[in-house]
Amino acid sequence: MTATIPADLPLPGASTTKGAVERADVGNMTRRTKRRLTSRGATIASIIIAVVWTIPTFGLFVTSLRPQAEITRSGWWEVFVKWDLTTENYATVLGNSDLTRSFINSIAITLPATIAPLVIASLAAYAFAWIDFKGKNWLFIFVFALQIVPIQMTLVPLLTLFSRGLNTQAGTLFSGFQGAGIYTQVWIAHTIFALPLAIFLLHNFISEIPGEVIEAARVDGAGHGQIFLRIVLPLTVPAIASFAIFQFLWVWNDLLVALIFASGDASPITRTLAELTGQFGRSAYLLPAGAFIAMLVPLLVFFALQRYFVRGLLAGSTKG
Amino acid sequence: MLKRFFDWLGDLPPLAQIPVIILAFLAVVGLLLFFLEVAPRRGRNYTILRAAVAVLVPAVVLFLFGSIWWAIAVAAVLGGALFLLDYRSRQGAGYLLQLFGFLAPAMFLLLVGLIYPSIQTIFQAFLSSRGRFVGLDNFAWIFSQPDNLITIRNTIIWVLVVPIVSTAAGLAYAVFIDRSRGEKFFKILVFMPMAISFVGASIIWRFIYGYREAGNSQYGLLNQLVVWFGGTPVNWLQNAPLNTFLLIVVLIWVQTGFAMVVLSAAIKGVPTEQVEAAELDGTNAWQRFTNVTVPGIRSSLVVVLTTISIASLKVFDIVRTMGTAYPDTGVIANDMVTLAQNFETGRSAAFAVLLFILVLPIVIYNARVIKSQREIR
Repeated sequence: MTATIPADLPLPGASTTKGAVERADVGNMTRRTKRRLTSRGATIASIIIAVVWTIPTFGLFVTSLRPQAEITRSGWWEVFVKWDLTTENYATVLGNSDLTRSFINSIAITLPATIAPLVIASLAAYAFAWIDFKGKNWLFIFVFALQIVPIQMTLVPLLTLFSRGLNTQAGTLFSGFQGAGIYTQVWIAHTIFALPLAIFLLHNFISEIPGEVIEAARVDGAGHGQIFLRIVLPLTVPAIASFAIFQFLWVWNDLLVALIFASGDASPITRTLAELTGQFGRSAYLLPAGAFIAMLVPLLVFFALQRYFVRGLLAGSTKG
Repeated sequence: MLKRFFDWLGDLPPLAQIPVIILAFLAVVGLLLFFLEVAPRRGRNYTILRAAVAVLVPAVVLFLFGSIWWAIAVAAVLGGALFLLDYRSRQGAGYLLQLFGFLAPAMFLLLVGLIYPSIQTIFQAFLSSRGRFVGLDNFAWIFSQPDNLITIRNTIIWVLVVPIVSTAAGLAYAVFIDRSRGEKFFKILVFMPMAISFVGASIIWRFIYGYREAGNSQYGLLNQLVVWFGGTPVNWLQNAPLNTFLLIVVLIWVQTGFAMVVLSAAIKGVPTEQVEAAELDGTNAWQRFTNVTVPGIRSSLVVVLTTISIASLKVFDIVRTMGTAYPDTGVIANDMVTLAQNFETGRSAAFAVLLFILVLPIVIYNARVIKSQREIR
């Protein structure tokens, strides 16, 4: 099974997207095959799915552009009967210091909380893939199984640990993070919760790197540090980028962890929006505009990193 | 000490904190990698370096955490013991320290953040909310209340319906748009719900399921459709077994994007030669799909189904933001939090254990897949 892999390997320097696309339309033959695969029925079905999936978001977008009185009076489709749109809601949201502040908070929370778990998980995934030790399989399955731990259950013990530290009868072992930086707790919490899935997915990819490549580097005198940095990381970029997108989305959109660990000044946009939802009436009309602004950043990230999906999160494991 | 650093960091403007923390983190990782590189080298200097790192790193870490002196001393001694063990390691000196270096950061975080709380939860499941041992009483309570049985039933419905429907829809969509014109654009349309938080989603779906009494102007699209076709508006979410399925639709709407994106990447990994060969054999599109594409992306399918199953077992946000006002929408993950908020820790923990048990088949299946993959290798 390993025989086919080297040809597919995303070599560092080679543009992965281009490579995949070129391989995709090698010759006319392939293109003809493709054309016959996509029949008219398939086109219609995909258009139907696309429309059904987009209508809810489209409705929100239209709503976000309607004047306050109209939003509560009638449905958003009435806009096609009586054209009445305004950008006033967006102006109000952007002028609301709470919302702009929490938008910045979201960025400050999400970037470190995306990078840290990826780095730590790729270190662990490398060990699981390329360092032999007793009980490796069992430990790996155990880490995988940790995905099932409901985050809700871990929040209170973790919060206690962060706020009070770890005190034994003999004295303090860990003094806690009470008042230590506004984002510290939420960074650490997100990093922990991302690890099981990140280790599992990155391991799938890292372990598919041909053993000969690693062996050759070892013969040339590279230690694990260099192999990890110079061979494994560059070859894993597509998987890392794909996971980075998802981790970014999950942290950006998270409410649960934010409710517990990111209070007051550190409150991210989801939490601020949820609080607005609570205060029905006065500012509820700002929600659609706020939700739309919150959506923009994840979509930009997706656009920017989308090409890595061609190689994909699981491209390595398809050969399994 | 660590606290001081974060204190100082917290006083910076939010956007300035990002590069500082990331650079600090990467610097620590860089140091670690440098040590991992030189650790197994021979020579007296490297031996001394290993000894110094093994003794000093645990001590410094505990010092940074603000530990008392004797704990720091114990850590240093343990580090020294590890060094001696490593020195005599059968795989050569430096082997154990390397293994530690790669695994310890992740394992330490998992131990603190997931393993320790889980163990605590499992113990709590056998205690009353006052901390008295009550045996299986909490579980007996779960299975004796009709409301709880509905909660369990709902959870099972969620975990059966969401993964299957969203994977099927995502796969179909990925196949249909594969290499068509405007593929990227089509992908964005279905991926978009993933970019929306559950808070945003609950706002969006309010404009779909919303209800006003007949005669008033409707703001929910679904009821408007009913009115246009001459029916009377329905209070959808008030309708007991139906409302669970309506909430399920929301999660399907979100997760299909995940399935589509991952499976689309996997489909592009299926060698075109195989598809062509199948075509030369005179197969039709459906046969090629079931005999070439599906086996080619099988492991991706397993991962997608697993991830979505676990996500739907743990579904919380949707039910909390959309369903709590309506009857019989409970799921385990949400009831658990509600109980914990009412200080019923024992019962809440019992629900958590039940959730562990429900996930067990998925974990066992995946464990077998992982093992068989390793044996091939």
